[in-house]
Amino acid sequence: MESTVEMRHITMAFGANLVLRGVDLNIKGGEVTALLGANGAGKSTLIKVLSGLYPNHGGEVVIDGKQVELETPAVAKKLGIQTVHQRINEGIVPGLSVAENLLFEKIAQNEMGRVGSISKIMPQAMAVAASLSLNWDEKFMRKDVYELGIADQQLLILARALVEKPKLLILDEPTSALSASEVEHLMEVIRSMRDSGVGILYVSHRLSEIDAIADNLVVLRDGVIRGEQAQPFDWTNALGQMLGEDALKDLESITEQRGSQTFLEIVNLRLFQRSRPFSLSIRRGEVTGVIGLLGSGKTEIAEAIFGASKRKTGVMAIEGRTFDPKHPSDAIRDGVFMVPEDRVSSSMFPQWSIASTTSLPFLAQLSRGFVLGFSAEKSRASEIIEGLQVVATGPDQEVDALSGGNQQKVVVGRWLKGLPQMMILDEPFRGVDIGARRTISLESRSLAGSGSAVLVLTSEVDELLGVADRVIVLVDGEPKLDSYITETSREEIVGIMSEVA
Amino acid sequence: MSDRVAQMEKRAEIKNRIQDGLVKYGFIAVTIGLFSWFALTEETFRQPSTLFSMLKFTSVVAIVGLGVTFTMVVGGLDLSVGSVAGLAVTVSAMMMVIYNLTGFFSGVMVLVAGAVVGAVNAFLIVWLKIPDLLATLGMMFIVMGLKLLPVDGQSVSSKMILRDGSVAPGKFTEGFRAIDRAMVGPIPLPVVIWLVLTILAWFLLTRTRYGRVMYAVGANPEAAKLSGIRVEWYRFSAYVISGLFAATGGLILASRIGQGDISAGNSLLLDAVAVALVGTSVLGIGKPNAWGTALGALLIGIVITGLTIKGFPYYAQDVSKGLVLVLALIFSFTLSRKKARFVPAT
Repeated sequence: MESTVEMRHITMAFGANLVLRGVDLNIKGGEVTALLGANGAGKSTLIKVLSGLYPNHGGEVVIDGKQVELETPAVAKKLGIQTVHQRINEGIVPGLSVAENLLFEKIAQNEMGRVGSISKIMPQAMAVAASLSLNWDEKFMRKDVYELGIADQQLLILARALVEKPKLLILDEPTSALSASEVEHLMEVIRSMRDSGVGILYVSHRLSEIDAIADNLVVLRDGVIRGEQAQPFDWTNALGQMLGEDALKDLESITEQRGSQTFLEIVNLRLFQRSRPFSLSIRRGEVTGVIGLLGSGKTEIAEAIFGASKRKTGVMAIEGRTFDPKHPSDAIRDGVFMVPEDRVSSSMFPQWSIASTTSLPFLAQLSRGFVLGFSAEKSRASEIIEGLQVVATGPDQEVDALSGGNQQKVVVGRWLKGLPQMMILDEPFRGVDIGARRTISLESRSLAGSGSAVLVLTSEVDELLGVADRVIVLVDGEPKLDSYITETSREEIVGIMSEVA
Repeated sequence: MSDRVAQMEKRAEIKNRIQDGLVKYGFIAVTIGLFSWFALTEETFRQPSTLFSMLKFTSVVAIVGLGVTFTMVVGGLDLSVGSVAGLAVTVSAMMMVIYNLTGFFSGVMVLVAGAVVGAVNAFLIVWLKIPDLLATLGMMFIVMGLKLLPVDGQSVSSKMILRDGSVAPGKFTEGFRAIDRAMVGPIPLPVVIWLVLTILAWFLLTRTRYGRVMYAVGANPEAAKLSGIRVEWYRFSAYVISGLFAATGGLILASRIGQGDISAGNSLLLDAVAVALVGTSVLGIGKPNAWGTALGALLIGIVITGLTIKGFPYYAQDVSKGLVLVLALIFSFTLSRKKARFVPAT
């Protein structure tokens, strides 16, 4: 019999932050339902609610007409909801064989007898593998899971989730580590599970996969389902719902600035193994926006230019001179600064004051010889606070205590104050309120106006339109459009982003 | 209704204040309290000579603990300091007793040996990427064993019979022995060294670019790197400094013992790590710092001296050290509303 899992008005709040605002969703057995949403839309929270990790959620979960309480992960599993998380390492137990991993839940719950040997559990393991049409032989079953390739590990944790015959199987980005042929194999396994009546919730950023596997598509944005479709999907419509068409129309329209002088020349840079190399030049005097979905290679470009990650391909030059940063300090010396994507993990130091946080990259200028210049540091911080209208008690306030938007102003301001030749902002508007967003936009534009090169990386069209003069659309590690905003349209940008390979 | 809320808020506010006060001054209050109790009840304890000898005997642990503090600042921990201090004792004895070299030269060699061990630690941690605790644990054993190799596993004392049957030509020089015995006015030289090194470490860590960056590396290495800091170099320097401080402590110890005792320094590790840990909770700073380490060592010195004078058996010392440490950790972890920042990542 095919089951149905119904979510009725699911809400979930963290403190004052309402992440899920009433999600209604039906997942039928024998169908693959794809869940699409940008970062911060609430996807992982929803998955965690269904996995039993957030028992204090609001709303009801109904399985086959019966209301259930998902109190713990164990209860959720017992009720037939299995989740395969994005990170493979969380799903396998290194040091054990494939067979033991496959039956791990049974072993852990003492269903396999007290003393177990591989030979003893082998028949059952083989039976499970056969029922999932995996042609794994005994030799394979005896392997340590560490010897397996990523694709086999992924199949293993999938198989493990299926041992208990789930009613609902949640797959969170199951292909992020797989190659194209491995993805194809996985798709076949998923189809055969679907045909056996399992309901599948498929979470992915890869539109081509969703197109190939899903029967239904739901779009989550800001904690609410914004759209539902059945095959064939209208991708432009779905992307619009995902990225928000109506939001923030009130941001003031920008006066276009075009630069003529090339600052940074990138030649033959290859972002991924499977993508083709490309060349690109970034000009002074304009804001270049790079837009792409998660995994399109935005952060990789930023880190290559800033020297934050090892770059194996391509050649770069700044105004004719070779530019080969091996460490961020090399880039900083040439006036190339970066505000990284995740400010808490990449820009902030717990319990550090605004003054110390903002002065860190420029301590040499702010010191007398080796000795710190506390007053120079403080007055610099005060100027940043004033210039970017940071809401804070003063330069001594701890950065942790500020709101997200003000934290972002601080980490942007610390680089702006250093007079960048080129400024890279990776997702500068994430988790930031409208006021801070406007401030950061204006600062970026006036920086470009004063002759610097500015590169903004984002996955949201509205953010792009609110800050950039020129747009580069990145799809799977390659630029697919390079144009001035005034010479293209929102529809074209979204269209290219949503192009299904 | 709102009255009740206001009342509850007020109560919470008072509770927070008491808690913060306790975290900030509790430790110092305990130190002063214990000191006063010993001083009031024991006449021997309050004599200046007792106090100075207490400071002198504490200075070695305190100096080694200062080195540990540097490694804790960069988010690590150096477990090899005890064996480095022991190495210092053996090296200085070898230099002076077996090779009949000058005290000054021996002292320099001891510092070089400490720096070398520190550099090897740093190499293992920074370039071979072995977690701090494990790398320095390995080095602890290596150094402990390796130092016995040239002395055939024996303590080195003057007039000992050497491998080739001859008598050791040298002895600990008077100048070298003066490191521990000399006085600066009424104050023993080791105490002066302790004070000078504490001030130096405090200045380095809190008043210079170098110290600021060290704390950045310890607090968030990724963010430090993205601020343009060569994180590896700073972690390297912390272990070299730790080796140098441990060797300095060992130098004073060697001068005090006057022979190459092979077991010297072995007990220093736990004491030194303990005082550095205790130091993080002094004044509620919640991170490793020079004056905290000095005060931590002082408190442990007071407790041990006091208990000894009161006639407690020797094993009461370990119990009391442990209690002081646990108390300090309660201040940092349980009572402090800041998150403690000195747990090394392994």
